Amino acid sequence: MAETVKLLFSATRETVYMVAVSVLIASIFGIPLGVLLYSTDRGRILENSPLNKALGTIVNIFRSIPFVILLIMLIPFTRWLVGKSIGTTAAIVPLSVAAIPFMGRLTETALREVDRGVIEAAQAMGASPFQVITKVLIPEALPSIAAGITITAINLVGYSAMAGVIGGGGLGDLAVRYGYQRFMLDIMLYTVAILVVMVQLIQVLGDLVVKYLSKHR
Amino acid sequence: MIRIRNLTKVYTSASGTVKALDGINLDIEKGDIFGIIGLSGAGKSTLLRCINLLEKPTSGSIEIDGVEMTGLSPKELKEMRKKIGMIFQHFNLLSSRTVWGNVAFPLEIAGFDRKTINEKVENLLNLVGLSDKAKSFPSQLSGGQKQRVGIARALACDPKVLLCDEATSALDPETTLSILKLLKDINEKLGITMVVVTHEMNVIKQICNKVAVIEKSRVVEQGTTFEIFSRPKTQTARNFLKSMFICEIPEELKAKIKALNGNLAEGRVVKIGFFGEITAKPILSEVVKKFGVNANILYGNIDHIQGTPFGTLVVQFEGKNGTADRALSYLQDIGLEVEVVEIG
Repeated sequence: MAETVKLLFSATRETVYMVAVSVLIASIFGIPLGVLLYSTDRGRILENSPLNKALGTIVNIFRSIPFVILLIMLIPFTRWLVGKSIGTTAAIVPLSVAAIPFMGRLTETALREVDRGVIEAAQAMGASPFQVITKVLIPEALPSIAAGITITAINLVGYSAMAGVIGGGGLGDLAVRYGYQRFMLDIMLYTVAILVVMVQLIQVLGDLVVKYLSKHR
Repeated sequence: MIRIRNLTKVYTSASGTVKALDGINLDIEKGDIFGIIGLSGAGKSTLLRCINLLEKPTSGSIEIDGVEMTGLSPKELKEMRKKIGMIFQHFNLLSSRTVWGNVAFPLEIAGFDRKTINEKVENLLNLVGLSDKAKSFPSQLSGGQKQRVGIARALACDPKVLLCDEATSALDPETTLSILKLLKDINEKLGITMVVVTHEMNVIKQICNKVAVIEKSRVVEQGTTFEIFSRPKTQTARNFLKSMFICEIPEELKAKIKALNGNLAEGRVVKIGFFGEITAKPILSEVVKKFGVNANILYGNIDHIQGTPFGTLVVQFEGKNGTADRALSYLQDIGLEVEVVEIG
């Protein structure tokens, strides 16, 4: 039993580590990507059709590759970036690469909901495109962006289950190796239970943040 | 102050081209509250948005204080826009900022320091009567309060011009009046030139000293508010006036006049237009005494435009031996608009 707890504990820690770091990286790159996708679109503040189409295509390509395949395809890139291609840290690279375009699209959608009139008012006051982005678009869309980060985090919990393919460890890997391959049904059930709790926690926490940010709106 | 010449705006889309503005010429003087009235789709909002280049004109010139707007670099345009305030039908406030934050917004953009911003915001909130709402969010305000925030925000950078895009169209009549009063006060106190786009003649009547009537992308009529109200030249202008007060004779009255006209051997039913000072004089009783006619008022209304009385009376005159006709020509001679009502 102690052995099982130890296994579950370290697997949980690995999953939390992978998901947390990937969410952070996905937000750091995905939100600006979303801003670019939004603002270069037709009729927007930095309209640039070629750039918009190029970005859109790249995002779509990455989003259409199944994660388990992306995991393998990115091995050389991962090795170049973090010096190794297996392990929990190495798994963060494909997880982030998968989450960045996802977060980008969610951010783009969030920004589209910002009232055009408000953007126009800022422009009429002499705001530069950069000021419109930092002072209007992002603050106004912040609750939706926070909701997007929540969705991304929950998706990453799911993706991280496949990290075992490159030795990333985590709860999903534990469930496959012990629960499925060694017929240890109890471990399978425990991991699922922990994953359920984890997803619930992320959702509740995310909802609280969104609620706080959209207070008075 | 604002000089618009041959302004044209054409929208091109897959389904063809649409001329939103067609050869617009306007001159707006410093201190004017210049009204632009027209039906939806007439191009009035496009015209307003061309003034600060939110819409890029296809051709033509817009000069503000001698500066040609269409020739400005993006940087120069940003600087120029800081001197042109704008308020909107739907207020367009930032929902993520408090009232205070919204008014501070243009000042932050213009790069003022904290201390100046604090002072200015406080003064502006005082000016619009919202000092007690500084910490409220827009969602906690009524429409009228939101527009007051919009006005404070638009005035933050001490603009020379204030553009009002249907600023009262989303407000109830009472709130509309209070906002119009505020705008008029600001115009008088600060001497800011205002351009007011509206589809409500009441707005023009309340605050504008000059009007342009826009129809199908063109200015069809312009002049002082008083001119447009008292002597509308186009049907569009007349229709707008009709929406405010009745310059047409009601149907029931028409039937009555028709019957009267049949019976009157030597009498007339006339519509008399009163403009300006003459309304203060006892003209009807004068005519009655002078020509020995009977005058029977069938219908009438009097209103004020920019402090000048203005009205219409429908009067039935009766008199023997052509006295009625002489009374009518006397009325015309002293400067009233007299029109015999013929109902056929």
